[in-house]
Amino acid sequence: MTRLPGKTEKKLGLAIDLDTCVGCHACVISCKEWNTSNYGVPLSDVEPYGANPVGSFLNRVHTFEAKSEERPAQIIHFPKSCLHCEDAPCVTVCPTGASYKRMEDGIVLVNEDWCIGCGLCAWACPYGAREMDEVAGVMKKCTLCVDRIYNENIPEEDREPACVRSCPAGARHFGDFADPNSSVSKLTKERGGIDLMPEQGTKPVNKYLPPRLKNDIAQEKFDVLRPLLEEHDNNISGFLSWVDKTLEKF
Amino acid sequence: MHPAPSIIIFTVFSGLGFGLMAYLGFDTDPLRGWNVLPYYLIAFSLSIVGLLSSLFHLGNPQRAWRALSQWRTSWLSREGVLAIVTLALNFLFGLSLFFSLDYSKNLGFVSGTFAIITVFSTAMIYAQMKTVPRWYNSGVPILFILYSLAGGAIIMGDFKLGLIGVILSSVIQLLVWVRGDKALKNSSTNISTSTGLKNLGILRLLESPHTGENYLMKEMVFVIARKHVLKLRILSLCFLGVIPVIFLILSLSVGFLIGLAMISYFVGLLISRWLFFAEAEHVVSFYYGRG
Repeated sequence: MTRLPGKTEKKLGLAIDLDTCVGCHACVISCKEWNTSNYGVPLSDVEPYGANPVGSFLNRVHTFEAKSEERPAQIIHFPKSCLHCEDAPCVTVCPTGASYKRMEDGIVLVNEDWCIGCGLCAWACPYGAREMDEVAGVMKKCTLCVDRIYNENIPEEDREPACVRSCPAGARHFGDFADPNSSVSKLTKERGGIDLMPEQGTKPVNKYLPPRLKNDIAQEKFDVLRPLLEEHDNNISGFLSWVDKTLEKF
Repeated sequence: MHPAPSIIIFTVFSGLGFGLMAYLGFDTDPLRGWNVLPYYLIAFSLSIVGLLSSLFHLGNPQRAWRALSQWRTSWLSREGVLAIVTLALNFLFGLSLFFSLDYSKNLGFVSGTFAIITVFSTAMIYAQMKTVPRWYNSGVPILFILYSLAGGAIIMGDFKLGLIGVILSSVIQLLVWVRGDKALKNSSTNISTSTGLKNLGILRLLESPHTGENYLMKEMVFVIARKHVLKLRILSLCFLGVIPVIFLILSLSVGFLIGLAMISYFVGLLISRWLFFAEAEHVVSFYYGRG
């Protein structure tokens, strides 16, 4: 049914930390890897080694630059996947009922056996979270790794979305936003997490934790390169000095 | 948005077919017997060709029947259901006219009304898209309905309604363009709201997520048309408005010229519909530095 459930028991989603993301694209690759071999049809690539490779991905990392008169320019890596909106416009436009939002945890999914590949849901999504698979002709989207998070056949520490599990910087956090005491809810509150395009009225579940301003970082006076740049002592003496001099002669 | 030929044919052809059905349904002194047959054949051919063309836009057309199920929420589903009901009603009404039965004016009224509602729901598939500010506009359904009614009147050879329709649809088209040009700017969605990074300064895309294209860019970040927009608009208005008006007036003395008015209107409509898609900016463009 493409009618949205009024309220879901849980609101599973991601808190994405733009201050921490280093833009390595590990989440993009692990997402593609997991989702090409699990839920639904594979994420196809067309002409992967040709001149114009095109493929479906459920998660992509954009990189923005911010310029300001008061500060040095700042680079922000910006991972983007489905935000599992509470008022998901992609669900209500679906003519077949293939798009749906789960009552129990709020995950937005596509039933690929019903999807006719009309593409209207991708038009309705302001975030570009849905991509048509060119080979299968059905719509692909982030499942929040629904086949990992409840999967009792994999070790417990792996029961989170592939993107979260693989992030080497710890920039992605998974949890229940309906629970005010969950780690993601607390983190969002602490860091002033925001919605993307709030004016679109989609009420996204995923939150973005804004980066610190660059001059704030500079004020911390912490320099990671400092220890490496310190001059080394060249005045060696004793036995090593003798070896050094002897070797010079040859 | 990518101007897919299947979608342009779908909206233009089905619109004209249903417009003709509306005219036939509301006609106070309808044609009978063999005289009415060619018009119903044209109306059904146009609308069925249009509806079938929409199937070519699907990734899995064999499941298209499923699209009739979600009429409670989806305009696309409503369009499908309404189109089938309209075809059935007009088939019945057309038969009653063809066999010169004691035709029911009420049935004509109902089948004509359904034809217009179907065109309205076609337009709403696009006009509901908050993500495409240029489409999210009450002028869009009005324009779609005017195009279909004006087209129907010209096909019927109705000078008076044809002339009113041509002039009115051209004027509304102009207004929709003018309004549409400001829509993205007025929509309050921009690169700041799409990234939430407003307080960091002036933003621009530094690196795209990938070196090539993707589905989103091909489908929704279509920018090829933009430099030719003005020329195409002028061309479209000539074919939609100026030429049909000339031929309509000339047709008062030379009857068959109304056919040329129709052909011209049809060409203008195709250009305008191509622009309708090609010009439309999707807010996802902000993530690709093309807003």
